[in-house]
Amino acid sequence: MTNAILNGLMLGGMYALIAMGLTLQYGVARIMNLSYGEFLIAAAFASHWLFTGWAISPFAGLALIVPSAFVLNFAIYKILLTPLVRRAPNRDALEVDSILATFGLTFVIQGSMLALFGGAYFSYSFLAFPVQFLGETVAANRLAALGITILLGLALYLALTRTRAGTAVRAVAVDPFAAQLVAINVPQASALTFALGGALVAAAGVLVSTFLTFSASSGVVFTMKALIVVVMGGVGNMLGCLVAGLALGLSEALVASYVDPGLTLAVNFALFLAVLLVKPAGLFGRATR
Amino acid sequence: MTARTAGIGVLALAGFALLAFVPRLGNPYYLALAISLLQYTVLATAWGMFSGPTRYVSLATTAFFGVGAYTVAVLGEILPWPLVLLIAAVLGAIVAAIVGLSTLRLSGVYFVIFTFGLTELIRQLVVWFEVNKSRVLGRYVFVDITQADIYWQLLALTAAVFLLGWLIARSRLGFALRVIGEDETVAKHCGIDTTFAKVALFTISATVMTLVGAIMAPRWTYIEPSIAFNSMISFQVLIMALLGGAHRLWGPVLGAVPLTLLFELLSARFPNTFTIILGCIFLLIVYMLPRGVAGLFEKLAATPGGKTTQRVAA
Repeated sequence: MTNAILNGLMLGGMYALIAMGLTLQYGVARIMNLSYGEFLIAAAFASHWLFTGWAISPFAGLALIVPSAFVLNFAIYKILLTPLVRRAPNRDALEVDSILATFGLTFVIQGSMLALFGGAYFSYSFLAFPVQFLGETVAANRLAALGITILLGLALYLALTRTRAGTAVRAVAVDPFAAQLVAINVPQASALTFALGGALVAAAGVLVSTFLTFSASSGVVFTMKALIVVVMGGVGNMLGCLVAGLALGLSEALVASYVDPGLTLAVNFALFLAVLLVKPAGLFGRATR
Repeated sequence: MTARTAGIGVLALAGFALLAFVPRLGNPYYLALAISLLQYTVLATAWGMFSGPTRYVSLATTAFFGVGAYTVAVLGEILPWPLVLLIAAVLGAIVAAIVGLSTLRLSGVYFVIFTFGLTELIRQLVVWFEVNKSRVLGRYVFVDITQADIYWQLLALTAAVFLLGWLIARSRLGFALRVIGEDETVAKHCGIDTTFAKVALFTISATVMTLVGAIMAPRWTYIEPSIAFNSMISFQVLIMALLGGAHRLWGPVLGAVPLTLLFELLSARFPNTFTIILGCIFLLIVYMLPRGVAGLFEKLAATPGGKTTQRVAA
């Protein structure tokens, strides 16, 4: 039982980290990014390549991959998504357009990775030894990933609540139109937040690659889980992200160890629906109407 | 106007009658191509029937297609064919109604997310059921259905879909959907039961997709979940409907025909980079032709030169 809960918490922490970037991209930049999981897998491949080809530890790799992801996502927002933002008459139209554009992007990225690496599963052995934690045996790489996840989450939370730039970002999330009235450069803030979300998902990809096997086509599952966590927690809400991620991870681990590992996705969706039926705005979301 | 409608009707009938003779050409390649064309035409039109007027992007085409195909895989040899088709249609309708009732009451994003995951969810459930309960993964389909039979069934379904789409567009339901697409809040204030309208049309469109899956299933002799639930179908149908323009009943055909031919060519020529090319084509359409070919025609017709020709034609 303790083992299942511990596993669930570690899994949930990972989901929360994965979803944090998306909640920024969707909550602030208003981009519903369906290619989100592909960036995670791309980062995982980059980390794999650095580790096996150049013997660079994934933690050192973070310092390389995360900034590149930031720049790449900034460019994507400026080049690919800004025309859609300009064209859209309202928020709903932008949502539909961004869904379509990023859906197309999904196939471009996934196809590129398939062409480069093939359809096989990849993994590498990093910190793969057991350690004792709270009286249970867990893999060191998972524990390390959880530690970094907590650090990243704390840093993001403090940056959003304690700094001037973070306050501006939250203002854009609340009302992009009114934010302009208090001299916030909304397009710039949106682009930077989108890039920050991309950097976060790249960090998640590197961490995930240390303990999970992945293939060029496994991005979709991560996109889906991130979407579920974001909507379940309330769009743009960090605390909601954490709680929803942990709930998802726990339920998954419990079902996998006590019912059947083949039913984890069904549990995800059941949980998602149950939350939406009770609170359509998500656990910590504010009702829009 | 009625004379014009009747004229279009007669022309369409004549067209369908002509198309019915394609299997008589005796060339298996053309027949196979014609089946692909019809398959995507029906799927894209059915997609456009719901997503066009309401502007709710559905990514679950594969899910319904797969439900149909898998129903045939399970029941095809046990029951008579018409009964199998009926059961497939009912199953598709039930799944669509459940999904619709649980997500279409909420805003569009939830619907997109749910349809995005629906294919994977149903596939996982089917795999789980097959591995744990029936203990077979992958089934053989031995039914007495020839390629020509598949073609005729698809042709009949195509005709039915267009007739249905035309009837819906003229009904109160079609009008309600157009209002919802323009502004859902306004629609509610006009006394339209928005949830009922959306769920009803989503169910109709999904039932058609399920039927396509069921009709196409005998083409493969071996079916397993990864074949029946191939997410590429959702994507291709979406591209076709968008290229054609989903806001018109006849729009998706304009996308389905050229793109089926193009994909046929590309997937044979560039099997490894096909997905990338597909993604690029899709991005091009989203950026350059947001209202599709149908929107382009309307734009041309709206210019003064186009209007006179239209008046002459009328």
